[in-house]
Amino acid sequence: MVETLFKPGHTACAGCGQAIAARLVIDAAGKNTMVANGTGCLEVFSTKYPESSWGVPWIHSLFENCSAVASGVEAGLKYLGKKDSINVIAQAGDGGTADIGLQAISGMFERGHDVLYVCYDNEAYMNTGVQRSGLTPTLSNTTTSPSGSASLGNPRPKKPMPEIAAAHGIPYVATASVGYPQDIQRKVKKALSIKGPKYIQIHVPCPLGWRHESRMTFDVAKLAVETGLYPIFEYDNGKLIPRKITAIKPVEEYLKYQGRFKHLMKDPEAIKEMQAIADNNIKKYGLSATV
Amino acid sequence: MKQFIEGSHAVAEIIKLCRPGVVSAYPITPQTHIVEDLALMVANKELNAQFVNVESEHSAASVVLGGESTGVRSYTATSSQGLLLMAEVVFNIAGLRLPLVMTTANRAISAPINIWNDQQDVMTVRDSGWVLLFAETNQEAVDLHVQAYKLAEDKRVMLPVMVNMDGFILTHGMEVLDMPSQKEVDKFLPPYKTTYKLDVENPLTMGYLADPDYYLEIRYMVQDTHKQLLDIIPQVADDFKKAFKRGEGNGLVEGYKIEDADQVFVAMGSVCGSIRDVVDDLRAKGKKAGLLKVISYRPFPKACVASALARAKEVAVIDKSISLGAFGPLYTDVMVAVSSLGSEMPKMSGFVLGLGGRDITKRSIMDTYERLFGKQVDCEFIGLKQELLVEDK
Repeated sequence: MVETLFKPGHTACAGCGQAIAARLVIDAAGKNTMVANGTGCLEVFSTKYPESSWGVPWIHSLFENCSAVASGVEAGLKYLGKKDSINVIAQAGDGGTADIGLQAISGMFERGHDVLYVCYDNEAYMNTGVQRSGLTPTLSNTTTSPSGSASLGNPRPKKPMPEIAAAHGIPYVATASVGYPQDIQRKVKKALSIKGPKYIQIHVPCPLGWRHESRMTFDVAKLAVETGLYPIFEYDNGKLIPRKITAIKPVEEYLKYQGRFKHLMKDPEAIKEMQAIADNNIKKYGLSATV
Repeated sequence: MKQFIEGSHAVAEIIKLCRPGVVSAYPITPQTHIVEDLALMVANKELNAQFVNVESEHSAASVVLGGESTGVRSYTATSSQGLLLMAEVVFNIAGLRLPLVMTTANRAISAPINIWNDQQDVMTVRDSGWVLLFAETNQEAVDLHVQAYKLAEDKRVMLPVMVNMDGFILTHGMEVLDMPSQKEVDKFLPPYKTTYKLDVENPLTMGYLADPDYYLEIRYMVQDTHKQLLDIIPQVADDFKKAFKRGEGNGLVEGYKIEDADQVFVAMGSVCGSIRDVVDDLRAKGKKAGLLKVISYRPFPKACVASALARAKEVAVIDKSISLGAFGPLYTDVMVAVSSLGSEMPKMSGFVLGLGGRDITKRSIMDTYERLFGKQVDCEFIGLKQELLVEDK
């Protein structure tokens, strides 16, 4: 069996993108790492008393405060003179990050704590049953942004969380996708080699919430990237470094596998709207390998 | 060493002597002087600590939670709305069994917004699992902080302790008090050592999800620790008395002229000072009045309170907060305690005074005394201005 700091036997759903990404992150970070985890699926499925999947020191406090707890852990390690040899990671889902946790994250960034923040972005409140979050994409059907005779689902664009992180002037911001495991681990290692606050947002499909087959997790993740709907890039000291796409695919290729977008498939106007979002990403982040 | 010093400065000084490694706070009146002083001590290298300026009380409490989880003694202070914003974290800290110490500069709760003293803020976290201690004077506030760390970090306890001191009345009041030396504090309070911490050599998981098969027992264990605290608090108070040659009461309660008292006031915090004066006045007139001061509100010393009130004929419970729609919280607890006396139970009256900083004068305390002999009351507001209560026509 592969040596891992995130032990199997947890209770994540089959095909859970977050469980895969969390293992990639902690294994890249290594055993000299402490984790402050926000409330959410990851915390619930990995630490049901008296069992834990975690092979590193790990603390869960509340939903919105993992970055403040991590700040305190970092301060404690600094006091003990141990910070240089130990990584501190704060991690949570998209709701815990972009909605309820935003204030505490902003504080952690502004204060310059030497902490890597990882947001596992499955684009809705999955732990409570697929409610809309600030990172739910446009026109996605969730239980609190359902499509209906007068609605196509979530009417608002995804909150630009990586841009918000970058606006704090922190040295490293990146997006990643569970569809590209080596890229996640490279970015985690790179982030941890830099002093100060870092932010990585990882796109993690949720078969239950996105309503795709659980065997499709990697394919769906890759299609999000290949269509331009989930741009992968780094801001290295503010400098944009995109992950280029060699063959850009139309957005339908990504949308068609997912129940949350099913209501759009017979609506050319809606597809056009989604394509415009992808096109804008491709232009904004310079994603095309051929341009 | 004797010093003439403001309450907040005294608290900052004693916290410095307790050597916390992580301090975090968000400013709120009337807590500010405490944390400003600590920040200056860190800036001047008088205190070797990480001082973390946060963006809210929720984060202040979360930062010290994180600091404490690495096995480093930590400290924060707050008041009023700040404590309410922290409330979620306050409960969490106790559930995680982290031995944090916090000062609450007690203040009223909005709306209407009001920066002055009462004790409503702490009552919102009454049920959190924290040990709640109340200081009557700044000397007592200083002494309780040292005992607070000693109690919290006791292996039998491992629970957070809050020292409550009345906002402005104590925090901004000047008083001559005896400040211990670093050597004395170090001797009483050795460095915090624990294996219950985040440690890469021994990776623990802290903050599990506990399902219905486990949750009940984990909560019961906190309650059981509070039961044991009824023995541990007097031990620590006694050790403190021996080491520092001062301290009244048994750490849980303190009586004043109570042994032969027919009428007893029960109260917490600085109001006890005024009540002592009223007791003296009444004694001068030949009335057998006394005071029972509750120092430890959680754990609530039920047996001490019952035995202290066993021979009283009338009891006035003075609350500086209220459970709106019911009674003063202290009144409710004292009632449960004296109910064990059965037919010997004194006539129990409950009064609410001083909300939002309304002066509690000797006259208003005498008001409660005079009402002890009339119709029994359980939640009587004292000092209401009737002219303000007339509704608009």
